[in-house]
Amino acid sequence: MRKILVVDDERDIQTLFEQRFRKEIKNGELNFVFAFSGEDALSYMKDHEQEAVLILSDINMPGMSGLELLKHIKEKYEKPPPVVMMITAYGDNENYKLAMQLGADDFLTKPVDFISLKEKLKAKSV
Amino acid sequence: MQLSIVPFLLSLLLLRRLSGFSKINDNQQWIRWCSYARFFSVFLFLGGFLLSNQEATRWIWHIFLISLLLFSFQQNEMRPLRMFLMAFLPYAAVTLIKDLTEVILKDFYNHWNNYFDTAFMLSVIWLFAILYSQNRQNKAAEKERIKRQKEDEINRAIAIRKVELEGLVAERTAELTQQKDELEHTLDELRSTQAQLIQSEKMASLGELTAGIAHEIQNPLNFVNNFSEISNELLDEMKDEITAGNWQLASEIADDVKQNLEKIYHHGKRAEAIVKGMLQHSRTSSGVKEPTDINKLADEYLRLAYHGLRAKDKSFNVTMKTDFDERIGNINIIPQDIGRVILNLITNSFYAVDEKKRNSPLTPKGGIETTQNLYEPTVTVCTKLIIPSSGGRGAVAQISVRDNGNGIPQNIVDKIFQPFFTTKPSGQGTGLGLSMSYDIVTKGHGGELKVETKEGEGSVFTILLPLKQS
Repeated sequence: MRKILVVDDERDIQTLFEQRFRKEIKNGELNFVFAFSGEDALSYMKDHEQEAVLILSDINMPGMSGLELLKHIKEKYEKPPPVVMMITAYGDNENYKLAMQLGADDFLTKPVDFISLKEKLKAKSV
Repeated sequence: MQLSIVPFLLSLLLLRRLSGFSKINDNQQWIRWCSYARFFSVFLFLGGFLLSNQEATRWIWHIFLISLLLFSFQQNEMRPLRMFLMAFLPYAAVTLIKDLTEVILKDFYNHWNNYFDTAFMLSVIWLFAILYSQNRQNKAAEKERIKRQKEDEINRAIAIRKVELEGLVAERTAELTQQKDELEHTLDELRSTQAQLIQSEKMASLGELTAGIAHEIQNPLNFVNNFSEISNELLDEMKDEITAGNWQLASEIADDVKQNLEKIYHHGKRAEAIVKGMLQHSRTSSGVKEPTDINKLADEYLRLAYHGLRAKDKSFNVTMKTDFDERIGNINIIPQDIGRVILNLITNSFYAVDEKKRNSPLTPKGGIETTQNLYEPTVTVCTKLIIPSSGGRGAVAQISVRDNGNGIPQNIVDKIFQPFFTTKPSGQGTGLGLSMSYDIVTKGHGGELKVETKEGEGSVFTILLPLKQS
């Protein structure tokens, strides 16, 4: 089962995603797992190798930041590294450049446009 | 001729003394008289040569000398010279008597010739003795006079110097007064600058907050927007299910909507609290103590400080830990002021760990295993209720902010609470944060602000607030 790993320190993001994509989840089109910190995300990926093909991460989190997580993932998972999309409230140029340098596949700013995200997710995870 | 040179010399000697004395006393009349007499004397002496009649000039000499002496003797101006004049008198008298007797009583004179000679000799000896002693006295007097003159000169010089000095003193005093005025003016300016600085310190910390606040509000607002949008969609779905008669599904959707509304409410409240906090911070302190949940206050400012710094420096990251003692409950404080203290301590901690991270030789590498060796910047905020076992002081609320930064060197730890002391590069810190914090805690709340630090390991700032203020 191909999964999308959502990483954000706001726990309500889970409810939000589950409701936003309730039809896709019901249909089995999309499958979400949630982690509430960069560290959580890494340990999940260690335990479930290659299960997550798409990672959607917040940048601004206490502890390991989204950018550090991105770096870890892109450096460590050599095989086909999962697609990583960054989401941040700080949509500044510096963050964008850094994320792209570290190998992010996409860069979204909050508030998230869920319609375009839906299309992107469908395209990338199929 | 032989005889006329003696009275001539004597008259010159006498006149010299008289005129010298008159010059000292600045007696113009006597100086004039003396010069006339001197002319007369010279004239008489030369006349004696020309006439070659020694007899005639001899008598004129006698009259001249005797009258000169008697006249001087009578004058009050010449009183100090009486002793001097007395030296000449016997000589003049003896020579006169001698000459008179020689002319009038020739036999008597010849008979008593020896006595006349003896008297003459005595008068000459008397003359020289007196002159000698007078001369000595004069020399001593002259010395004394010169000495006095010198003293006078010194006194005059001193008087001049005194005037100069007084002038200088007056000048200096004027200068000092001007400087004093200038200093007072500068002091006033400094006072107003300090007031401005305190205000700008407040505004600076507010500036640090605004970015954090914007971010903090953005998140709950996103949730409010998203959940209300979804709820709208869910209600449409619910209607469909009701129309289709699927009551079970409709009820499930209703539960979701209810849950969403709760979340909307929750996030709305969250935004409200942030705005309230911001207003509280920017508002001038009311100075009024009110029951405040210190845990909530600390948590709020921790988040705001974090996002504030994040907004300024994108690479900034820190692990924040909290350990709140829920037993504290509400305590009576001025929330804006204590909030400012907490914010200041947290901002300082963030600065400290960020500095250490920047200077850390280890850069993060991939893989979770290596993170153990890496420096992990951590700031911990703890609250604790301390109830003393035995009486004495009452219960105390302790708020501590701990960081694992570089710590504070021992040589400056004593200065950190001093106004305007800062270790930040110039322009980055006002040096007022900790001194203001110290005043707020100690003067404003009767509490204590303490610091423990170990170089290279970190610092702990602890606020102690008595629950019941005496």
